Amino acid sequence: MVPLLIWELLSRIGPWPHWLFPGPLAVAASVVHMAADGRLGTAAGRSLARLVQGYALSALAGVPLGVLLARSTLVRDALRPVVLGLQALPSICWLPLAILWFGLSETSILFVVVMGSVLAIAIATEDAIAGVDPLILRAAGTLGIRGARFHAGVLLPAALPGILTGLKLGWSFAWRALMAGELLFVAGGLGQLLQNGRELLDAAQVMGVMAAIVAIGVAVDRVLFRILELRVRRRWGLVEEPA
Amino acid sequence: MWRQVGRRFARLTQAVRRARRSAGIGLLTPRVKRSGPPKIDVSRVGHRFGNQVVALHDVNIEVHAGEFVCLLGPSGCGKTTLLYALAGHLEPSGGRITIDGLRVKGPGPDRLLVFQEPALFPWLNVRQNLVFPLRARGLSRAEADARAREYVARVHLDGFEETLPHQLSGGMRMRVQLARALALDPAVLLMDEPFAALDAQTRGHMHQLLQQVWTRDRKTVVFVTHDVREALVLGDRVVVMAARPGRVLQDLDVRLERPRDPDDEALVEMSRRIRDELRRAEAAGAAEGQDARIAADGAAPLGPAPNLGAPL
Ligand SMILES: Nc1ncnc2c1ncn2[C@@H]1O[C@H](COP(=O)(O)OP(=O)(O)OP(=O)(O)O)[C@@H](O)[C@H]1O
Ligand SMILES: [Mg+2]
Repeated sequence: MVPLLIWELLSRIGPWPHWLFPGPLAVAASVVHMAADGRLGTAAGRSLARLVQGYALSALAGVPLGVLLARSTLVRDALRPVVLGLQALPSICWLPLAILWFGLSETSILFVVVMGSVLAIAIATEDAIAGVDPLILRAAGTLGIRGARFHAGVLLPAALPGILTGLKLGWSFAWRALMAGELLFVAGGLGQLLQNGRELLDAAQVMGVMAAIVAIGVAVDRVLFRILELRVRRRWGLVEEPA
Repeated sequence: MWRQVGRRFARLTQAVRRARRSAGIGLLTPRVKRSGPPKIDVSRVGHRFGNQVVALHDVNIEVHAGEFVCLLGPSGCGKTTLLYALAGHLEPSGGRITIDGLRVKGPGPDRLLVFQEPALFPWLNVRQNLVFPLRARGLSRAEADARAREYVARVHLDGFEETLPHQLSGGMRMRVQLARALALDPAVLLMDEPFAALDAQTRGHMHQLLQQVWTRDRKTVVFVTHDVREALVLGDRVVVMAARPGRVLQDLDVRLERPRDPDDEALVEMSRRIRDELRRAEAAGAAEGQDARIAADGAAPLGPAPNLGAPL
């Protein structure tokens, strides 16, 4: 509450023009306006649909890639340096290549989102698998659990807490990559709405969209993933039961 | 008159037998080699870890089918290392281990290792921890469920079927691990101090359970413990080991009738003697790696010792 008050005061008594630094009331009004005429909902829906598609692809490719990196020396020797190297590349740097390959299309945006998150997911999965208690692996060995049953029933569940952390990280990477892509390459979505605000010299709209982007990111990260993570950690016995 | 002498003689021999028994004489004898091929053959096995620790040195143990062998020795004498080698989790750096004449290469369905720590799957509850490996062996869901319930009850954990491992005490977790091993019904059971974390009473129950299962199904059991009395209560044979380097000191047959009482005076006397022996081995090891042997019969030392204390 106090920061909001200070913000409002600053925007009113500050030396800068009011329309360039609107206060929270003006921003809220702009959000309400955008929500009322449906622009915000449509843009958010569009962005989220893209995000879910790209993220699902990332998770479906990243987790198996991580397992292979951890379990197969062949794959590790061949791919690990590549994966670690490309991981250092900011995701938006994939965009020029994506446009060359796929043109100005949805596929390009998806490609950027996938490249922005798949490697982080793979590396976190590899770490999680490598960190599985060797005693659990030996127990599976002596109990005669092998093959698909071993991978699905022992290895993945044993690594799940770490994999979830990776999936959470991958989600926030994907969200950033998507916003960067939408800003540069206009095709509807929250990024475009942000650009739109700039073109209209409407700082309140820009800030309103920023707030919406933050809200969505926080909601998924802090609510969805946090709950999921807590449930898994509790079942696995990694945290105290709540009193 | 002859009858009277005969009766007196009989009474005298009985008294002598009782006295010998209570002094533990004749109940602990060097192992008599059995005929026929052994089930498990550990031959000249040595193991040196990467950090140059010699965990095992020239270990020779033959275990026949249906035998209950206790490996007894101080902490760090290589008991877990030897058991891991038998289970196929570790390849010893020297010597060979065969089971039914076949060289051990990795874990197999004929053997099951009960780990020193409760190696349960933390995301599965007690029942699922038993059902999962049973299903992997091809049992139907109904069969696996029934078997799981039966064995959970046999380790006195009924009512905890739906509990998660982290909600159990350490001793309860070890019992779940035992139930899981027994439910899978392997021909060879390798057990690494499974009852070290239990109170005396629960341990007594588990000893009974284990002996029941063993006498009924004639499993081959290799049971590691550092508790001398536990070894004497359970084992047909006690293999006494010493540390640094890990080696076999004594291989003894236990000639006590079953069921055995841990407070039986003969057993207490025998355990005292083995403890003395272990202490002497430790002192000798500290002095010069000199070999010490039990006069297991209270009489002459037991035949020639293999050159145990020899430098490596
Ligand atoms: N992974 C390892 N790497 C290096 N040294 C090891 C390793 N595991 C065991 N050792 C060493 O080998 C020796 C034997 O260890 P082992 O675990 O077999 O002893 P133990 O008889 O089972 O002891 P305890 O009764 O305490 O369980 C010890 O000196 C130990 O330090
Ligand atoms: Mg041990």
